[in-house]
Amino acid sequence: MLRVRDLSISIGTPTESLDIVSSVSFEIERGEILGLVGESGCGKSMTSLAVMGLLDKGGPWVRTGRVELSGFDVINSQPYQRVEAGHGGIAMIFQEPMSSLNPVMKVGDQIEEAIAVHQKTSSARQTLKARELLEMVRIPDAAMQLGAYPHQLSGGMRQRVMIAIALACQPQVLIADEPTTALDVTVQAQILSLLRELCDTLGLSILFITHDLGVVAQLVDRVAVMYAGRVVETATVERVFAYPAHPYTEALMSCLPDPGHWKQRLTTIPGQAAKPGQVRNGCAFAPRCRYAVATCVDQAPPCATLFDNHRVLCHFPRGVTA
Amino acid sequence: MISVISSFLIPFMRRPIAAVGLGILVCMIAAAILAPILAPYDPSKIEPIVRLLPPNAAHWFGTDQFGRDILSRVIYGARLALLIGIGVVSFALITGVPAGVLSALYPRFGSIMMRLIDVLMSFPALLLALGLIVILGRGVTNAILAIGVVYLTTTSRITYGLTLRLRTETYVEAASSMGAGAVWTIRKHVLPNLISPLLVQASFVFAFAQLSAASLDFLGLGAPPEIPSWGNMLADGRIFITRAPWLLFFPGFAIAMTALSLNLVGDALRDLLDPRFREMLNGNRR
Amino acid sequence: MSSYAVHRISAAVTTLAAASVIIFFFIHLIPGDPLYVLLGDVATPDQVDALRTRLGLDQPIIVQYFRWLAHVARGDLGTSIFFQTPVLHVIRDGAETSILLASITMIWITLIGVPVGAIAAMRHGSWLDQALSGVAMLLASVPTFWVGLYLILIFAAWLGWLPSSGYPSIFEQGGLANLRYLLLPSLALAAPNAALILRLTRASMLDVARADYIRTARAKGIRPMRVILRHILRNALLAVVSAFGFTFAALISEAVVTETVFALPGIGQLVVQSILRRDYPVIQGIILMTVVLYLAVNLMVDLCYRLLDPRVELA
Repeated sequence: MLRVRDLSISIGTPTESLDIVSSVSFEIERGEILGLVGESGCGKSMTSLAVMGLLDKGGPWVRTGRVELSGFDVINSQPYQRVEAGHGGIAMIFQEPMSSLNPVMKVGDQIEEAIAVHQKTSSARQTLKARELLEMVRIPDAAMQLGAYPHQLSGGMRQRVMIAIALACQPQVLIADEPTTALDVTVQAQILSLLRELCDTLGLSILFITHDLGVVAQLVDRVAVMYAGRVVETATVERVFAYPAHPYTEALMSCLPDPGHWKQRLTTIPGQAAKPGQVRNGCAFAPRCRYAVATCVDQAPPCATLFDNHRVLCHFPRGVTA
Repeated sequence: MISVISSFLIPFMRRPIAAVGLGILVCMIAAAILAPILAPYDPSKIEPIVRLLPPNAAHWFGTDQFGRDILSRVIYGARLALLIGIGVVSFALITGVPAGVLSALYPRFGSIMMRLIDVLMSFPALLLALGLIVILGRGVTNAILAIGVVYLTTTSRITYGLTLRLRTETYVEAASSMGAGAVWTIRKHVLPNLISPLLVQASFVFAFAQLSAASLDFLGLGAPPEIPSWGNMLADGRIFITRAPWLLFFPGFAIAMTALSLNLVGDALRDLLDPRFREMLNGNRR
Repeated sequence: MSSYAVHRISAAVTTLAAASVIIFFFIHLIPGDPLYVLLGDVATPDQVDALRTRLGLDQPIIVQYFRWLAHVARGDLGTSIFFQTPVLHVIRDGAETSILLASITMIWITLIGVPVGAIAAMRHGSWLDQALSGVAMLLASVPTFWVGLYLILIFAAWLGWLPSSGYPSIFEQGGLANLRYLLLPSLALAAPNAALILRLTRASMLDVARADYIRTARAKGIRPMRVILRHILRNALLAVVSAFGFTFAALISEAVVTETVFALPGIGQLVVQSILRRDYPVIQGIILMTVVLYLAVNLMVDLCYRLLDPRVELA
């Protein structure tokens, strides 16, 4: 349904550019949740904004790539342009529910605004639909909350409103950029279960961006791991946790504290993530990889496909005997 | 100290407009200080023979109705402008900053003080200055005092707000939990952080003081007529506006350029600052 | 009435009360016997005695204050030394000119400042934006009376299109056509203030445009113009509206000089002339009325602000 191919995002001028996201490819099928995982600064938010068409003019720009929504390439088109062309398809929710809603507009009006863009119905029907959406995202007392202002709602409720607005855009794909990071754990669980339910009932595809592996384990079907602007591993969530093939993923997994042993030393990955432009040839992770050899430093790693569509960007994927 | 100064200069080099502003300001200060050397004639010398001459080779800015050279009067006028600017800014800072800081650190004193400031601010700026002039009488010192009172209100308000913000900063809380006394806190934490925003505020106050003082002079309620003042020159030249338009141009231009340069400098400084302080500095009075 | 409104109104009233104390003391702070300050040097002994009893000058100062307050509440602001008529009448005569001037000026400020500022923000970084910002910066720095003098020179003296001074009342003679007497003064007065509003609108819009909720609005697929008007401008105007109160105060101040330049028979010119004539009762009366007006305008702006920004609870 959503196919991203070779997406590269650069900064600088067209003649002198520096990639901050390189050749990112992934796909999400209908009704599937893909988790895009990585540490801060690895480029996952940038990727999602590029897919959505929300990169600001004057900032990082798309150098190459295709973003196919049900077959149509919508790369570099802004949301309103996509609506005009008839491919509404993608909606997005963001990390900070506190600041992501217009403070002087009633919540109901903001939802109706989205409805009005994507459907041609009367004002009365819009209000009705807005109420239905609020009910769908499990906001109690929906009819009254339509007239509420964002500052009158809690963080969790605001995030639900964001989801309702996203649904009003009748999307095939929902991009969720760390929607629960700013919320406390109990609320987080509710939002995650809501997203799962929407996915199951509406057949919505979700691109879920996060740095929290716990959330990944709970919610997603497949995982794409990003490091230094590249997708280094893509697999089902079970395989990523049980048989991580990329050394970075493996290291991430080993960083997770084991709830069984409570007197352990926490492991970390030594070194720091590569900055854009630091890596000329060779693998971006090589400086920090415990298995790195000369080939890793000299040559860019190929994208190998292990079974069950498990892709790895590595010369020597783990768990595969040479 | 050197590093502080140079860290301020660098952004001016980057922004041409701000550099222009700084340049104009430096010219004006130079004119004020070097007036006796720069001015071609004695500004008070009356020479009826050459009265009301348009700009020419001998008198670059022309002459006024008494035959006085306008260029010299404009240069000497810079002295008064500088004096007023420094006087008003100093007064506003010396009275306003302690008032603001103490009000923020001692809430009970603060609530009374800030109410008082509110009351003063309910008088429109020029009217407050005029009222004080009526009580004190006209003259340069009284003008500085009157305008100074007007701007002490904004300065104390801004200092109050800034200090309040600083007080809730965690590092201040940490310091006081370690036993730091009030004076120590003020010296080490509050004052250093106030320098930058207050410098910006000082630029704007300097600019507004020019305009206020010029207005007072123009109305005949500021500097006495024997002192060369840009505002006085405009008042004197008013009746000749049709016959000798150049009489009004140069002093007014001087006022505008001085105020403009300070506004540019203040803007450039403000753009450097921590964004959270920028909000507080936006509420200036004229 | 909401608690916010009650709170704001009571704050305004207490400020006014405190200011009235200062204004009351104004007469006493002027060097000289208050009696002669109020009556002028040519007062007859009878007038002096009458005033002494009226003011109750033998009573403690607190009582004098309340007596004064009682007179003020009844509309009695004293007698003008120069005109020998009640101060209130003198002020009333000048009110028409000043109120009209202020209103027309506010219209210019809003109609020019806000849209131009918005355009500059929308074309941020372009040469148009830089030019507009530069002009605004320049206009904000020039003295209004200088602008006024040159407007007179160009439009009245050279071109002869508009009158240079004076203002015949539109009620007594001439009708609305006499508003042209206020055109140049209002432009001179509007120039620096419109420039400030322009810069404020521009800055506010640029600030709001960076907010997260604007990104949400774009993500919804709303057309750019609607995003600008309904979301960016709408939020940016909050800062502009709250500046109106103090813009009004600046207007009052600068009107004093502008009326002098254009010889308009308004309150501003009255204040200056009264200062030169030592007509203290009039000066006191004008200051009082101005403070009342300013506090009232501020109060109205505050209450209206609440309508625009639902986040505002108790200040």
